Amino acid sequence: MSVAILREGDYLIAAILSDLTDKEVVKLRGDLIDLVGKYRSRGLVIDVSALEVIDSFVARALRSIVLTVQLRGAHAVIAGIQPDVAIALVQFRLNLHPLRVALDLDSARTLLDHLTSGEAEDGR
Amino acid sequence: MADEVRVVIADDADLVTARAEARAIAERLGFPRPDPTLIATAISEIARNIVVHSGGGEIVLRPFEDRNRYGLIVIATDRGPGIRDVEAALRDDYSGRGGLGLGLPGARRLMDEFELESDAENGTIVTMKKWRYRDELARLREERRRRA
Repeated sequence: MSVAILREGDYLIAAILSDLTDKEVVKLRGDLIDLVGKYRSRGLVIDVSALEVIDSFVARALRSIVLTVQLRGAHAVIAGIQPDVAIALVQFRLNLHPLRVALDLDSARTLLDHLTSGEAEDGR
Repeated sequence: MADEVRVVIADDADLVTARAEARAIAERLGFPRPDPTLIATAISEIARNIVVHSGGGEIVLRPFEDRNRYGLIVIATDRGPGIRDVEAALRDDYSGRGGLGLGLPGARRLMDEFELESDAENGTIVTMKKWRYRDELARLREERRRRA
């Protein structure tokens, strides 16, 4: 699958490298939920900067990953939504609440640092 | 003018092809940003509709131009059972099967024109258009023609 998943300390970084089929999106959701538990990750970043199209299915899947990972005790941030994709999402009127986003990977890490600071070492 | 492109839609892997072809042809036709992305997103939605509700069909991407405008006509056909209540399917709260009914109304908002015909015998045909005036003069000319 064209997603690179790497572990960075307490965080899990999933970089989508090219357009995904629906089946791959569903598999990614399962994989990430499992990995967050396996590595006891406190934060997850999904980098979508390589995606030139985010339609309703992918948007809902991202939202679902964020919510599910939260129930597993981790914070999730979507990073790198392209400008044209952002315009399309707004014009489409997709309800993405409560998607947490950052401009790029670096800002996503900073946001996660902020969100996880003050939490107990294994405060789940 | 660029040639028309035909994409066979049978399963979810074809959505990836449809999105890529849609972007490519929109860029070839000279659509400015963010139009290629809007067009590809709308096409992805109607392609998924074909996969989920009918099991097979095709999408034709056909360039068009007239004196003042250039653009793309998208014609999606399937051999499915048709949509029982077309008006409801275009409402934001409609849920046909599995989805939240966002696909078609969302696609309509991304395009300039959108038509849906459906019956049990012939399946569903979605025709969408996106167009641009060649320049500001062409736009004014067209507006004056409409008022006349």
